Amino acid sequence: MDQPVLIAGVGVISAIGNTVAQNLLSLEQEKTGIAPIQYLDTEHRDEFPVGEVKLSNDELAELSGFKPCISRTAMLSLIAAKEALTDTGITNLLGLRTGFISANTVGGMDKTEDFFRDFLADNTKGRLRNVVNHECGAVTNLVADQLGIRHHVSTISTACSSSANAIMYGARLIKNNMLDVVIAGGTDALTRFTLNGFNTLMILDKQPCQPFDANRRGLNLGEGAGYVVLVSKRFASSLKKELCCTLSGYHNANDAYHQTASSPEGTGSLLAMKGALQKAGLQSSDIDYINLHGTGTQNNDSSEGAAISRLFTGHYPKMSSTKAFTGHTLGASGGIEAVFSALAVQRGLVYPNLRFETPMEGLPFTPETRFSKQPEIKHVLSNSFGFGGNCSSLIFSKP
Amino acid sequence: MYIRAASNISPQNTFGNQPFLSELIEYNGDRLTCIEPDYKTLIDPKLTRRMSRIIKMGVAAGMDCLHQAGINAPDAIITGTAYGCLEDTNTFLSKMVQQNEEALAPTAFIQSTHNTISAQIALLLQCHRYNNTFVNGGASFENGLLDAMMLLYEGEASNVLIGGIDEITINSHAILKRMGLYRRKPVSNFELFNTPGKGTMAGEGSAFFLLSREASGNDWAKIDGVSSFYKPRNVAEIQQHIRTFLLTQNTDINEIGLLLTGSNGDLKNVAVYEQLLQYDFDNVPVINYKALCGEYPTSSAFAMWLAAHEIKNGVCSFVSSRNQIPLKKVLIYNHYQNIHHSLILLSAC
Repeated sequence: MDQPVLIAGVGVISAIGNTVAQNLLSLEQEKTGIAPIQYLDTEHRDEFPVGEVKLSNDELAELSGFKPCISRTAMLSLIAAKEALTDTGITNLLGLRTGFISANTVGGMDKTEDFFRDFLADNTKGRLRNVVNHECGAVTNLVADQLGIRHHVSTISTACSSSANAIMYGARLIKNNMLDVVIAGGTDALTRFTLNGFNTLMILDKQPCQPFDANRRGLNLGEGAGYVVLVSKRFASSLKKELCCTLSGYHNANDAYHQTASSPEGTGSLLAMKGALQKAGLQSSDIDYINLHGTGTQNNDSSEGAAISRLFTGHYPKMSSTKAFTGHTLGASGGIEAVFSALAVQRGLVYPNLRFETPMEGLPFTPETRFSKQPEIKHVLSNSFGFGGNCSSLIFSKP
Repeated sequence: MYIRAASNISPQNTFGNQPFLSELIEYNGDRLTCIEPDYKTLIDPKLTRRMSRIIKMGVAAGMDCLHQAGINAPDAIITGTAYGCLEDTNTFLSKMVQQNEEALAPTAFIQSTHNTISAQIALLLQCHRYNNTFVNGGASFENGLLDAMMLLYEGEASNVLIGGIDEITINSHAILKRMGLYRRKPVSNFELFNTPGKGTMAGEGSAFFLLSREASGNDWAKIDGVSSFYKPRNVAEIQQHIRTFLLTQNTDINEIGLLLTGSNGDLKNVAVYEQLLQYDFDNVPVINYKALCGEYPTSSAFAMWLAAHEIKNGVCSFVSSRNQIPLKKVLIYNHYQNIHHSLILLSAC
């Protein structure tokens, strides 16, 4: 097996808190972030509950240091990425080969939507500053510039598995000795574009979602950002800080079934989880907790459930979807849930699957319903599956 | 890694057995548009009906590339696209604004996802392997190449399908023109470099490659290395990057038989290349490839096709016969709006 990549710091902002500490507190107190729409300017305001970060653009600007005219996607990203970097105790990046690998799916769409109102009426109208950072990559650049990172700046977009792929790519850049330190994860802000898009697919829940429940009705969209700081083993030894955990396994596979739907038997999810176990040199019985993709849609949960049933036969680990807390944060979900998973390994935590009531028919397991401390946890699996059949799994282990 | 096959839908006659060099296409105005093939023979017409233009161009080039290579199950599919499926994004966004978020149809939203092309190819092939999409502006294709290179080196893959795709739409063109990217006065792509001015000509394209770890004996070219760097502070820093890159490839500047630059005819953009050419690549034949494909963030995929094409044919096109030397190594240097800069080095097999 090759040299492991370690996680030296984590940072997160989501509907349940603006920092790691706040997120952990909400998880422990079983306090959901799903609520009626407060900030997003949409016609569907009273129709769908969502997982908004509980700050206005002006407040986010103040917290991040960006001007309020900058995309919410970038502001969320900078806040979480800075927290992750600070958490490592690295005070100076000078002389280090540092990467910023950030995923997102919406880019600066929140501002483009405003621009398009004026532009569609008259294509000489609309403020260009609102569309200049439309691209996914432009959002990453804005944040990289604030962090002072130039060595390797990259952006990945594979729908809801984007952040997991950013973390994989970052880890591989370290293993291939191209970088020493990588801040990897992702960000996405709530936008009218995604809310309306998911609404056309008729998979939005009008009540707070119930992942892995027999009576689940769909997903709640969320927003936020989550990053882990990956370091090589060699570099890790120079850090004075206790490391969170290692990223012991990862795998990317494709379901190749349908552009938006998952296969009933969970072909892609099964391959992703199997591949990650193989990479980590682990058996399925070694996994102590699974942070499920668990969106709360009929299709995802039955497909993911089917794959887990097959792979973990005879030994079902504790598992839960934290999307009942945060909503589905799309391109950020793999990053936010990587942070939760790393913390689960480091501190021995199992998070509850809020609002779970009725077991799904045919599944031989049920998710955890209460928060608990489980100091014996060694290996945690995190799943991220997306449109286009993109399935990625990550494994976090005790160092 | 070796380029076993390549397929390129571009504003030139590059796709299939078309006469690319003997019939170069001239464009007047501020935009070069892709010459699209007849998709019927490439993709099931039942499927193309639902695909937008960029998805058709991407899937067709990808499938054609695999067909040429005789491979129907690559170990990985990777795409690079700065803007993704712009027309689909535009359709859904426009309707959403015009219809005040009511009575919207899902198709455009579904297809607007940046990974649609790599996903559609996987779906057509029933390919369950590695699948990734980079959306990193002017380095989207280069990051994909680096990913492919690592997969081959790690032993995770023997064959990788990789493509660089971007499209221009009416609205993206109008917006980028307002930002000053394109010429105000109409110009010919053949005269772009003889009529200096502010702005360039818009371009687009879809170029795919089948990369293999092992030589097949019938490869177009070999890729020695790829490197991208972000927002260099000055020309000296660019020079340093190029020197370090060539050094790590054990290549002397004098071994470069052809340089493809991303110079685009815009005064500010051109200045970066001019200084380099003057000092570092004084004696090297140069092709400013954007005269053929226009300016777009993943144009380096077009450049890599051109480099591989030249190496395969053994000669430098656009260079007078008395200056011809056997083509051993080709370097591509491109930057997109001075944000992401990139280098790709290819050599004859």
